[in-house]
Amino acid sequence: MKAILRSRLTPLLALALVMALVPMIAPTSFHLRVAALVWIFSLAALGLTILMGYAGQVSLGHAGFLGIGAYAVAIGPARLGLDPLLCLLLGAVLSGLVAWLVGRPILRLKGYYLAIATLGFGVIVALILHSETELTGGPDGMSVARVTLFGWRVTGALNWYWVSAGALLVGALLALNIAASPTGRALRALHDSEVAATGAGIDVSAKKLAAFVLAAVYAAVAGGLLAAMNGLITPEAASFSHSVELVAMVIIGGLGSVFGTVLGAAFLVVLPQALTAFQEYEQAVLGLLIMVFMIFLPQGIVPSLRALIEERLP
Amino acid sequence: MSTPLLDVSGIGIAFGGVRAVDEVSFKVATGEVFSIIGPNGAGKTTLFNLVTGIYRPSRGTVRLDGADITAVPPHLRVRSGMARTFQNLQIFFRMTAVENVMVGCALSERTSFLADLLGLPSVFRQNRVTRAKALALLERVGLADLAEAPAGALPYGALKRLEIARALAADPKVLLLDEPAAGCNAVETEAIDNLIAAVAKSGVAVVLIEHDMKLVMKISDRVLVLAQGRPLAEGPPRAVRENPQVIAAYLGDIGSREADRAHG
Ligand SMILES: Nc1ncnc2c1ncn2[C@@H]1O[C@H](COP(=O)(O)OP(=O)(O)OP(=O)(O)O)[C@@H](O)[C@H]1O
Ligand SMILES: [Mg+2]
Repeated sequence: MKAILRSRLTPLLALALVMALVPMIAPTSFHLRVAALVWIFSLAALGLTILMGYAGQVSLGHAGFLGIGAYAVAIGPARLGLDPLLCLLLGAVLSGLVAWLVGRPILRLKGYYLAIATLGFGVIVALILHSETELTGGPDGMSVARVTLFGWRVTGALNWYWVSAGALLVGALLALNIAASPTGRALRALHDSEVAATGAGIDVSAKKLAAFVLAAVYAAVAGGLLAAMNGLITPEAASFSHSVELVAMVIIGGLGSVFGTVLGAAFLVVLPQALTAFQEYEQAVLGLLIMVFMIFLPQGIVPSLRALIEERLP
Repeated sequence: MSTPLLDVSGIGIAFGGVRAVDEVSFKVATGEVFSIIGPNGAGKTTLFNLVTGIYRPSRGTVRLDGADITAVPPHLRVRSGMARTFQNLQIFFRMTAVENVMVGCALSERTSFLADLLGLPSVFRQNRVTRAKALALLERVGLADLAEAPAGALPYGALKRLEIARALAADPKVLLLDEPAAGCNAVETEAIDNLIAAVAKSGVAVVLIEHDMKLVMKISDRVLVLAQGRPLAEGPPRAVRENPQVIAAYLGDIGSREADRAHG
């Protein structure tokens, strides 16, 4: 039982199982859209799980990368006549490139300073998306062309459900691969002691940068999927509150747990839908629930539950 | 002495006008145990930080195997054969004991970032090789039973040895140990003592900072005494111990330390 709890592929199988079950339990297109949103935000948060959970580096501007990916899929086809799928890839590459350029100076900073610097980056992206009206449509945003996957026009909630679920499964597999590799060990090591990681011959700045770039690529792919699924994108996608939500998903899930990240994302995507009854108090209730969560499961959902279960097992 | 493996020459650094290390030179040969002693704040750890590249010296050079590595960044010095432990434990507390040592093997690992990301079979082969090496090292320092324990749960004496195992994982030519026996009981100190002797015998140059005089006198080939950042004396343990200057500057301090300890 403990072996199963610890196995690398357990979270992946659990995730696939949940993905297969959801359409049976909740077949309306509204529910499927919400579920697809969960998968997409999980994907974005998974990148942060690698950066924050494994490597211990905070990014408070990660929605900026999500915005880059989203607007690549919006702008490419509309303004340059490019294929949307190609734009999804280009957006991921562009986002990774920007992360590399921005990350090199920023990642030398630690703790709060890193948080503030990444926050600044996110604000700049949101500002550009707001003000470059000719390109981005400004605060009203712009509509996004339909995506064609190898001749198949992706429309309808169920199709988007499976596309986003597939993307998340791939993302989760890669994140789990990294965790179980020399790179993952290096990231977890520098999280605990940069000086000792350096002393083991690890190029700490290069590893941090790799994690940052990877996290940016995850966010950009998620952003691209979000834009394509919704058929509309606004600068809100790159907003600071979105960045904070992504961080909250990772923390609620338990900093470093892949399955936990998905639960964290589900929590923060589904709950606001369920809380609409509270109207203007929605945000306050959400905040309260997050606080309650952190008080009773301080390590996040998955690690806390795992500890509880392991305690009870012989 | 045969050709020195580690050659530190005229090295120095100042912090806000205070010369923490000033004009210190020493050479260490393969298979030798070279100890650095001195009162608290003498600059011993700072000297290690200069030699390993954590600090850039304001003057002086560090040569390893004939090559000038003064400007080489610290993570690359490991590649040229330099590994160390830390006075204030630098453990990866959220990892298991064996994982800590596996991190120390990083340099001998041959997988690319892309292979790691894709989870190619080569990564799993590498993991097995690394793990086997790490387990053998844990065995060597007497921690085999605790391999799968979270490092955060290990007792202090075990963590000291875990750091040595992790440093050895880099297959160093020079091993710098900063107070490896501090806080250890007599049995643990004895084990560390034997371990250091065995490591030196296997052809590693060992540089040792240690306050435990019995340990120093027993296993050192040569001793360097630092006081206020400056070299006070250097030579075989016996000669150093009998040096009147050393007795005045250092052994008095040891006496007061022992007294402090006795009073808790
Ligand atoms: N980064 C730094 N900034 C300012 N001062 C420093 C720094 N590192 C060391 N020092 C100072 O240099 C001096 C030497 O310190 P160091 O830690 O090298 O002594 P030590 O010989 O290792 O002492 P101990 O036996 O207590 O470990 C001390 O006065 C210390 O305060
Ligand atoms: Mg010291």
